[in-house]
Amino acid sequence: MEDFQTTRSSAYWEHFPHVADMGIRGFGGTPSQAFAQAALAMTAIICNPEAVTPHQPVAVRCEAPDRELLLVDWLNALIYEMAVRGMLFSRFEIDIEGNVLTATAWGEAVDRHRHEPAVEVKGATYTELRVYRDRRSLWVAQCVVDV
Amino acid sequence: MDINRFERLSDFAWRVAPVRPMRVPVVIYADEALLREMDDKVYEQAVNVASLPGIVGASYAMPDAHWGYGFPIGGVAAFDAAQGGVVSAGGVGFDISCGVRTLLTGLKHGDVEPLKHELAEALYASIPVGLGSRGQIRLDNKGMDEMLNGGAEWAVARGYGMPADLARIEEHGRMQGAAASEVSGHAKDRQRDEMGTLGSGNHYLEVQEVAEIFDPATAESFGVALGDVVVSIHCGSRGLGHQIGTDFLRRMQVAAADHGIALPDRELACAPIDSVVGQSYLGAMRAGINCALANRQIITHLTRQVFHEILPRASLELLYDVSHNTCKLEEHTVEGKRRWLYVHRKGATRAFGPGHPDLPAMFQKTGQPVLIGGSMGTASYILAGNRESEDRCFASACHGAGRSMSRHQATRIWHGRQVIDELAGRGIIVRSPSPRGVAEEAPGAYKDVDAVVRAADRAGLARLVAKLKPLVCIKG
Repeated sequence: MEDFQTTRSSAYWEHFPHVADMGIRGFGGTPSQAFAQAALAMTAIICNPEAVTPHQPVAVRCEAPDRELLLVDWLNALIYEMAVRGMLFSRFEIDIEGNVLTATAWGEAVDRHRHEPAVEVKGATYTELRVYRDRRSLWVAQCVVDV
Repeated sequence: MDINRFERLSDFAWRVAPVRPMRVPVVIYADEALLREMDDKVYEQAVNVASLPGIVGASYAMPDAHWGYGFPIGGVAAFDAAQGGVVSAGGVGFDISCGVRTLLTGLKHGDVEPLKHELAEALYASIPVGLGSRGQIRLDNKGMDEMLNGGAEWAVARGYGMPADLARIEEHGRMQGAAASEVSGHAKDRQRDEMGTLGSGNHYLEVQEVAEIFDPATAESFGVALGDVVVSIHCGSRGLGHQIGTDFLRRMQVAAADHGIALPDRELACAPIDSVVGQSYLGAMRAGINCALANRQIITHLTRQVFHEILPRASLELLYDVSHNTCKLEEHTVEGKRRWLYVHRKGATRAFGPGHPDLPAMFQKTGQPVLIGGSMGTASYILAGNRESEDRCFASACHGAGRSMSRHQATRIWHGRQVIDELAGRGIIVRSPSPRGVAEEAPGAYKDVDAVVRAADRAGLARLVAKLKPLVCIKG
């Protein structure tokens, strides 16, 4: 894995390999930032997130007994919104209070020519699911998503 | 994978003896090279499955097995409800009843070759494919429930295909015991515009040529001859199945704990078959199977329309439709006794042999067709179920090549345009909305499908009948 310590700001995302699917990993100074970056990593599985204009806000709320389940619920809530609204998202504002996550995701309708979506995401899984602080004290939120 | 962990039962079967908490052994069917290349996670996951309550016989893995969610992809496991057996959403997968159907066309390669480009364009224009595509049907609440309970039978009753198709679909086109009421509103929302869509990832529609015959008598019985053109469709239950998988993986996290089932991996989430959540999942999952059967039936209808327009001489008759992500209640012989078991096949194809009572008359002598999808550019195969498959792993066989490389790695090696041009140079036309999607699905990112089906044949899981070579690939 690359060492981002000296080359990146504290909030960023990356993909990690899974033989059939794709791993997503978000980093941030707070769990909320890490969750937002993980969501961005998920959009990046589908298309270049920079090509997605954050026009239209969509409100999301989830509740789960622990932080890891909250991450899966958050990503699955976005997958649902993407599917039924035919949208892609590129900006996220998240507030996590205890077991409750409230968020706004901004995005736009899928444009098959401009976004050239590579693949659709079926669901976020519990494989490699972890939410933790790394040795740099950054929050990390990760799991494998099924595509 | 370190093969020293295994006892070699034969050149194509490998066993891990049960050690606590395993309740049964692990058996992997593969040749030595495939086993060595197999991900260590397959071993770990097959061992975990072997520890689940009520498992019967062994935790099996097919020659194309790879790292999945809780269960390995290419995993087969049967559970007895009377012995506290469980049902697992991860043991079925997100794409419930993903499967393959193959249509005969009555055409030879020479008939299609001059019109190949026209055919590719027309199929690509007619069959909704890739993210953001929508089907022509929009289901209201009543229509959705009818579809979920009716499967391909529902589709045929609405003019999508012919009644004769139904006998050539597993479960005769309609999965019994489906409960549309157990499917969440979210799952139904995701499906409203998705009927008759192919999806993305490894899903495709291919026009193929029969390139080799291994078992002439069975091939003749299936109506397949050298040089024939066939069409194969690989897709599943679309957004509905994905959401059912998501919903029940979550519910089973809680259910497993409530029933005192210790999970070595969260993804193994399961519930006793005889529990509220277990029964609810079975009803919803069976509705998901019907959705997949209806979906492939509608795509078949669209394909027939295209052929009728471009090659009116063609007569597209269904050979068979198989599903490779399911959990089904079946009667099997275990140590000489007949028992009803819930057989999970995650990335594994049912392979009922000759004489099986569930097979229609035309397959009574041959066993059922076992349809193995390749990846774009590589061969696909038609196999047939054997009697001995029953003794190997509850009448199951492999389902495809199985990935050998991550999507991430594939895009570092190949570019979509390059893959499309290379395949065009070999006479294979690829049409896809996404160049990156094509790169991620590059043929080199998959295991050698030839080796996988050879191992399945040698291990006695199913016997080789014919090899199919792609001519046109419509890729999600």
